Amino acid sequence: MDRLTEQLAHALKSITGYIYPNEIELHWGILIVIYPYLTGLVAGAFILASLVKVFKVKALEPTYRLALLTALSFLIIAPVPLLSHLGHPERFYEILFTPNSKSAMAMFGFVYAWYLMMVLLLEIWFDYRAELVRWAEESTGFKRLAYRALALWSSDKSDKALAFDKRAVRLITLVGIPSAFLLHGYVGFIFGSIKANPWWSSVLIPVVFLFSSIVSGIALMLVIYLVTSLWRRKKIDMPCIDKMSEFLLYALIIDFSLELLDFVHRLYQSEESIEILGNMISGRLFISLIIVQMLMGTILPLIALGITRVRRRVLPEELRRMIYLLAAIFVQAGIFSTRWNVVIGGQLFSKSLRGLTIYKMEVLGIEGLLMAILLLVLPFVILGVIVKILPPWEEEVHSPTI
Amino acid sequence: MNEDKVERRSFVKTLVGLVATAGAIPLLSTFDKIYASANDTENELIGGKRYGMGINIKSCIGCGRCVDACKRENNVPRDPYHFRTWVERYAILMSGETKVDSPNGGMEGFPAETSEGEILRSFFAPKLCNHCSNAPCVQVCPVGATYTTPDGVVLVDKDYCIGCRYCIQACPYGARFFDPATRTASKCTFCYHRLSKGLLPACVEVCPTQARIFGDTLARASQLTRFFRFNEIQVLKPDLNTRPQVFYAGLDGVVR
Repeated sequence: MDRLTEQLAHALKSITGYIYPNEIELHWGILIVIYPYLTGLVAGAFILASLVKVFKVKALEPTYRLALLTALSFLIIAPVPLLSHLGHPERFYEILFTPNSKSAMAMFGFVYAWYLMMVLLLEIWFDYRAELVRWAEESTGFKRLAYRALALWSSDKSDKALAFDKRAVRLITLVGIPSAFLLHGYVGFIFGSIKANPWWSSVLIPVVFLFSSIVSGIALMLVIYLVTSLWRRKKIDMPCIDKMSEFLLYALIIDFSLELLDFVHRLYQSEESIEILGNMISGRLFISLIIVQMLMGTILPLIALGITRVRRRVLPEELRRMIYLLAAIFVQAGIFSTRWNVVIGGQLFSKSLRGLTIYKMEVLGIEGLLMAILLLVLPFVILGVIVKILPPWEEEVHSPTI
Repeated sequence: MNEDKVERRSFVKTLVGLVATAGAIPLLSTFDKIYASANDTENELIGGKRYGMGINIKSCIGCGRCVDACKRENNVPRDPYHFRTWVERYAILMSGETKVDSPNGGMEGFPAETSEGEILRSFFAPKLCNHCSNAPCVQVCPVGATYTTPDGVVLVDKDYCIGCRYCIQACPYGARFFDPATRTASKCTFCYHRLSKGLLPACVEVCPTQARIFGDTLARASQLTRFFRFNEIQVLKPDLNTRPQVFYAGLDGVVR
């Protein structure tokens, strides 16, 4: 509590204009920035995977399973920042058992459970079932038991069963795409539906969240695919990453257009809040919004990916790979900033529209920088483990070595 | 190349369809919510009672006794960051500019105006939870820990609140704070514990100028009814359709 008082005293000194006294404490910090960032990656990675199954984009085949497992790893961690941010984490179950049906946030548990159980786990299971059966047969002892359990003791390898698996995967993906849209559109709605906050209150927010999630998911998969291929010393499938970067470019164009629309719309409508929001953008959000989100995270990758798309035939593979990797990393930084600017930006100005406060992140502590880094690293650790158990690589015909 | 194009077209087509579908879901539930919350509290008032407060801007002298009384009565942290009620001072300058301040919520009164220009007019505006009958905080609470009592008071159940702070974000008036002691959301209760004993809220009780008038907004004859009869009444941020139950007389348009 002393640390809180210290923080608030510092904030009090940094206020410009007038803010309501209860607004000196900023309520949603870095953890709530990470939450939409993680769910965005989940939805994006899943949509990339579904491009293969539903839209039959054959070139992306090498990333299909990797994308599914990535989505799963990130989804497992996604609720952790929410939970650790609660004043009473031990009461979290109330949100499942006694949800307030009018609350946008109350649906989180259900949307999450639906997506985890009915979409991701089910699709992964059907997609891996035949292999699980085979891996169980090829191994002995505990490993055999583990794979049999993972296959839920199914053993049917007939053509009919395999055909059923295939149909199931397709069907789940069909259900999965709107579910992924729902998952992240819903996260956007949590912010977009707050009429008290002019920075959040916009019907475009869920849509912007969606497309930025697709952008971030594809960019993440590009990085993971490139890095894992290098790590495993495998040849990188150029048509695959060319295709990914192409989709990244399209998604980025839509995302950028939507954000511009939102920006121009606000500027042109010039409502009561425009002055304070303008002050915020040109001051406290300048670096994270204009520099990182707009210039570094959007315009620069747009130009780089645009040029490589047009000049694909001329540019050597080595250079293209480099551009893709850099663009994807820049995009990632940009999307993280997008989340930051929504969540933190929405709390930097007073609802009296007369002043600005600051956000000072602590380093240690449950709401601190180290915790944030941990939460961003954990999904990769989980992915590392899952990949060992369920190898997503095509050439791994024999049972995995664990 | 050709196959590429077809692929892209069908991708875009499907994408558009999906966006439309996903977009419709929250939209439908919103209509439902608006409708439900608009008909929420008004039908089920105990004995036809609905508590409310009148605030006469012209009477407030900015002494801050209400802020102090509230903090004492309700165990509000005595630091300058947590308030159930506070007083704002508005100074409208000759240039048309408006200056607002509320040092320590106005609890110790206000220092003499160190003017940044000639003052045209100045006044105080006491603030507190508006106990909205269409309360956004009640709507957004994921577990229903924030609720409206049958007599129209918005309360927080501190044994039930999970501390997500969504309600604090949803309140347009900055009336809520996070209580560091209970780790739950907290705010003005109209001193519900006093009301149930037939007493007035602490802030009303101590106000030396009767700038705060408390009562049943539906009563036929009361101080509050008299206040409604003889004053032009305004509420804060009426455009947000929260339907506040704190009513201001002599409220200037610059107060937000």
